[in-house]
Amino acid sequence: MKVEDEAKFEQEAEHLMEQVHQKYGYDFRGYSRASLYRRIKRFVGNTGIESMEVLQQTVMADSYFFEGFLQEITVNVTEMFRDPSFFLSLRKNVLPILSTYPFIKIWDAGCSTGEELFSLAILLKEEGLLDRTKIYATDVNQKVLRQAKEGIFPAGNIAAYTSGYYASGGQQEFSEYYVSNYGSLKFKSYLIKNVVFYPHNLATDASFNEFHLILCRNVLIYFTHQLQERVFKLFDESMVDLGYLALGKKETLALSVLNSRYQLTDKNNRIYRKAG
Amino acid sequence: MQSYEKVVVMGGSWGGIQASLKILQGLPSGFALPVVLVLHRLRNTESELQHIYEKKVKLQVQEIDEKKPLLPGHVHLAPANYHVLVEKDKTFSLDVSDLENYSRPSIDVTFMSAADVMGKQLIGILLSGASRDGSVGLKYIHDKGGLTIVQDPAEAEVSTMPESAIKLIPGCSVMGLGRIQEFLLSIT
Repeated sequence: MKVEDEAKFEQEAEHLMEQVHQKYGYDFRGYSRASLYRRIKRFVGNTGIESMEVLQQTVMADSYFFEGFLQEITVNVTEMFRDPSFFLSLRKNVLPILSTYPFIKIWDAGCSTGEELFSLAILLKEEGLLDRTKIYATDVNQKVLRQAKEGIFPAGNIAAYTSGYYASGGQQEFSEYYVSNYGSLKFKSYLIKNVVFYPHNLATDASFNEFHLILCRNVLIYFTHQLQERVFKLFDESMVDLGYLALGKKETLALSVLNSRYQLTDKNNRIYRKAG
Repeated sequence: MQSYEKVVVMGGSWGGIQASLKILQGLPSGFALPVVLVLHRLRNTESELQHIYEKKVKLQVQEIDEKKPLLPGHVHLAPANYHVLVEKDKTFSLDVSDLENYSRPSIDVTFMSAADVMGKQLIGILLSGASRDGSVGLKYIHDKGGLTIVQDPAEAEVSTMPESAIKLIPGCSVMGLGRIQEFLLSIT
């Protein structure tokens, strides 16, 4: 499909999102448009669907097809140790404080296929905290949650992951954490034995627990300011006093009304701490 | 909000830093248009790119943050490891979806997104580079009625990128860096 008329495409895309909301309950009203439209066009291009009309009919008729569509239009691209300086900072500035609690609860919000989750688990293991930490890994997309549970990642990225691991302060042989086979890396399951996975939609669902650390990196960039504000409130309700919030490198709490209640622990890596 | 009539998007890879600096150094601090600059850069490293431009360019240099508006007299620098898109309200969005042409940021992504918003009011400039990224985006700008300029391949440090664009867009203007700079000064 070639988009000849941008205005018409946008109208059709909006209509599709409305129907998806009604039928499947996924609400995209709070998503930034440029990125959403681009991914719809990409999906249509990659699947060879001839028109937006056909896309809409197929999405409505086939829930399995819809799941694939959902995976494509919600960005699930992620990598292990993305921004090693962030993980190094977590190790040096945050985990020592968290270690003073007898039991630690962490929320990995928008965990996608689990690369960040396993990176975090490796850090916790090396800092001796893994056994007394419970991680709640959530995502709007159930398909990626199933993948995250598997902990199998393409072996092609191993060089980048290994250097990311050491740049993050890694102290072991990185290869001890996975088994390599059939062009894939299977990460050892003891890393996620204290992880619970479940679907949670930041756009619509409520707070479900209280955490010492919430990670939500490069998820909010897809949301409008209004939806970001909702999510910040949700995080605030879900965080203990003196808890930590970790955002993506280009995300900020600065424009939120909650900003005054948080201090920057690490400005460059966007790690915030809630006031006591 | 400060107003402006057109937007300049500029892309480059190998040799793109030097080429873009040569163009931008000649622009006054009161330059009336926003300039969005997408350069291929290493993904997981801290970079001095912003400081390099700040030292040599009179325009305000800012690495792009999400939701921030495009501003005249500013060079908006695409951050490492994010795609940059432009929203209808002329603010930036960031995106960490798949690499395009082995790149994130990808020049194609920003060029196409800016063209959707700016249409005829967009000026796309593609500079030196050892990649094909940018050609499809520049063609997209051309098809939406925007103006497309390609650095003269004879002058480019690496000519792959300009040559690939010229092949794809017969209607584009091929110019040396000096003439690109003169052109930008003449339209404002």
